[in-house]
Amino acid sequence: MRNDIDNVRGPGRFPATAWSVLAGLASEDAGVRQRSFDALVAAYWKPVYKHLRLKWHLPSEDAEDVTQAFFLRAIEKDFFSDYDRSRARFRTFLRVCLDRFLANERAAAGRAKRGGEAQRLSLAFDVAEHELAAAGAVTTPEEVFDREWVRSLFSLAVEALRELCHARGKEVYYRLFERYDLADADAGRPTYRQLAEAFGLAETDVTNHLAAARRDFRRLVLEQLREITADEAEFQAEARYLLGVDAV
Amino acid sequence: MTWLPDTVLDHLRQVSDIPDLTGTSYEFVRLLGRGGMSAVYLVRDRRLDREVALKVVDVPDGAEPSGELAARLGREARILAHLDHPSIVPIYDVGQLGDGRCYYTMKRVQGQRLDEWVASAPPRPARLRLFQRICEAVAFAHAHGVAHRDLKPPNIMVGRFGEALIMDWGLAKFIAAAPASVASAAPFSGDADVRAAAETVSAGPWPGVGETGAGVLLGTPAYMPPEQIRREAPRLGPQSDVYALGVILYFLLVDRVPFDGSSAGEIFEQVVRGDSKAPRHHDPTIGRPLEAICRKAMARDPAERYATAEALASDMASDLDGLAVSAYQENVLERLGRLLGRHRTLVLLVSAYLTMRLVLLFWARR
Repeated sequence: MRNDIDNVRGPGRFPATAWSVLAGLASEDAGVRQRSFDALVAAYWKPVYKHLRLKWHLPSEDAEDVTQAFFLRAIEKDFFSDYDRSRARFRTFLRVCLDRFLANERAAAGRAKRGGEAQRLSLAFDVAEHELAAAGAVTTPEEVFDREWVRSLFSLAVEALRELCHARGKEVYYRLFERYDLADADAGRPTYRQLAEAFGLAETDVTNHLAAARRDFRRLVLEQLREITADEAEFQAEARYLLGVDAV
Repeated sequence: MTWLPDTVLDHLRQVSDIPDLTGTSYEFVRLLGRGGMSAVYLVRDRRLDREVALKVVDVPDGAEPSGELAARLGREARILAHLDHPSIVPIYDVGQLGDGRCYYTMKRVQGQRLDEWVASAPPRPARLRLFQRICEAVAFAHAHGVAHRDLKPPNIMVGRFGEALIMDWGLAKFIAAAPASVASAAPFSGDADVRAAAETVSAGPWPGVGETGAGVLLGTPAYMPPEQIRREAPRLGPQSDVYALGVILYFLLVDRVPFDGSSAGEIFEQVVRGDSKAPRHHDPTIGRPLEAICRKAMARDPAERYATAEALASDMASDLDGLAVSAYQENVLERLGRLLGRHRTLVLLVSAYLTMRLVLLFWARR
C-alpha cells in the first residue's frame, strides 16, 4: 500500500539544526535545500490541499494541481524568503501566500500554465480526499487549515513513534499507544485493565508503558515543530497552540 | 500514514501534557486546569479507589525540576497541611514524579470558579454570605500566620453545596508574626502554630527557597494592592489580602473589577492612583454601609484598611444582620431606617395594632 508521505520523506527528513527548514530553504547546499523542502511539504501539503478544496471550492483535480504548483513555485521563486517572523506565524504566512498564489494563477488562466509544470510531487491526494469526506463539521477555512496542520504534525509524530518503538524493540509500547490513545473515542476506548489482560501485562506496566510512549510522542511532536518554526518565540507559541502548554 | 480523527487529535493534545505517574499510586484521568506555573490533573488513587486532584509545577526546558518552582509548591503543600478549615482545600499527599518534579494531591473540588458562579447571576444576599465565608477562611489563615497574596475569583471555588473554597496557595507566605489581635482571635495558639509551620518549611525535605522578595512582582494586577505594585515587600501582609478581598467584594457587588485596562501597566497606574468608581456609581441599590465596607477594604493606605480579615468578616456579618458597621458613620435617619428594617416584623405588628386601635376609636366616637 502506498504510504502517503513516503515520497516526500527521506531517512533524514528533518535537517539537523534548529529552525533549519526555513533557513535550509535558502541554503547553498542542494541536499539541505531538498531535505528542508521535503519537511515543509510533509507538514503542509494536506492543509494546503484541503484549504483549496474547502475555502476555494476547487474540484479535486484542480486542487491537486494547485497544491503541486504552489510548492514547486514557492521553492522556485523563493516565496518564503519574504517571511517576517515579527508579523505572523509561519503557517499563517504560508496560508496567505497560498491564497495570493491562487489569485495570481487564476488571473493568468492558470490551469494551462500549470499543465506545463514538468516536475510532479508524489502526494496521496486520494487519501486526503478520503479524509476530507470523513472530516467533521467544517467551521471556517482558516480553522480547517490550522486543524489539518495539527493533524499532519501529529500523524508524522505517530509514524515516527512507531519507528522509534520498533527500533528500540519496544513494539508493545506503540501497540498500547495505538490501542488506547489512537482509538476513536466514539468507538470506545479500552480500560487499562482490559489492555493489561489483552497484552498479558500488569496494570501498572500498562500505565508506565503508555506514559513512556506519550512522553516520546510529545517529544517527537515538539522536535518536528521546532523544525518548521522560525524562532524560539514562534516555537513556544505554536507549542502552546498544539499541546496547550509551554514546550517543557 | 495513520489518519487521526478529530476526537483522537483532541485526546492526544490532552494526554501529551500528562505527568508521568510511574512509581506513584495514581492513575491519570484528565487535565483539570493550568495556571501560569503549574497544572492540576484529576487522577485516581488506586489505593483508596477515589479521585483526587494532583498539582505539579511546570519546569521550563533545561531547568532543575527541584528548583525554585518546586520549592514554592512544597511551601504551598506545607501551608495547606497547616490550615485545617472547611473553606481551605485539604491536602492528602506529597511526592516526587519520575522526572524529579514535586507534586501534591488534594481533595477534588467540584463546583464553579467564583467568576463563573457570578456569571450565573446569583442574588446579592447569596453573594454576600459567600463573601463572608471567604473572609472567615482568610482570617483563619491569617490567624495561623499565612497570607494568601493571590486572592481573586479564579482562585476561589464555589462548591456544589454553596460552600466557598480558597484554592491556589502557590504565592502564599508565612508572615513574620500574626498581629496580636489576630493571634488572640485564633482558635488555636496562633504564634506557636506560625513558628511550628515556619520551622517545618525550612527543615523539610523540600528544596529550600527564600520567600518572594521585594524585587519580584507576583500576583494578578487587578487584585494587587498598591504596596505590592510599588514592591514594598515589608508592607505585604494580611492587609494585602484584605485589599484583594475588597476588590472581590467590589466584583461581587457590580460584576466588574474596579480597575481594568488593556495592559498590566495601565491597571497598575489606576491601582496606585486609586482611580476607581464607587460601587454605587454602577448600582445605586447597593447600601451605603456595604459600599463603605468595600472602600475601606480597598483603601490605598494599608493603615486605613481593616486591620484584619476577621474585622472585615465581622463588618460583613453586621451588615447582613442589619447592624451598624464600623466602616460607616450613619446619621439619625439612616439609623432609624436600619432599625425599622431590621425589626420589620415587630414594626408591622405594632403598626397593625395601632391602626386597629385608631379604627376602633374612630368607630366608637361615631
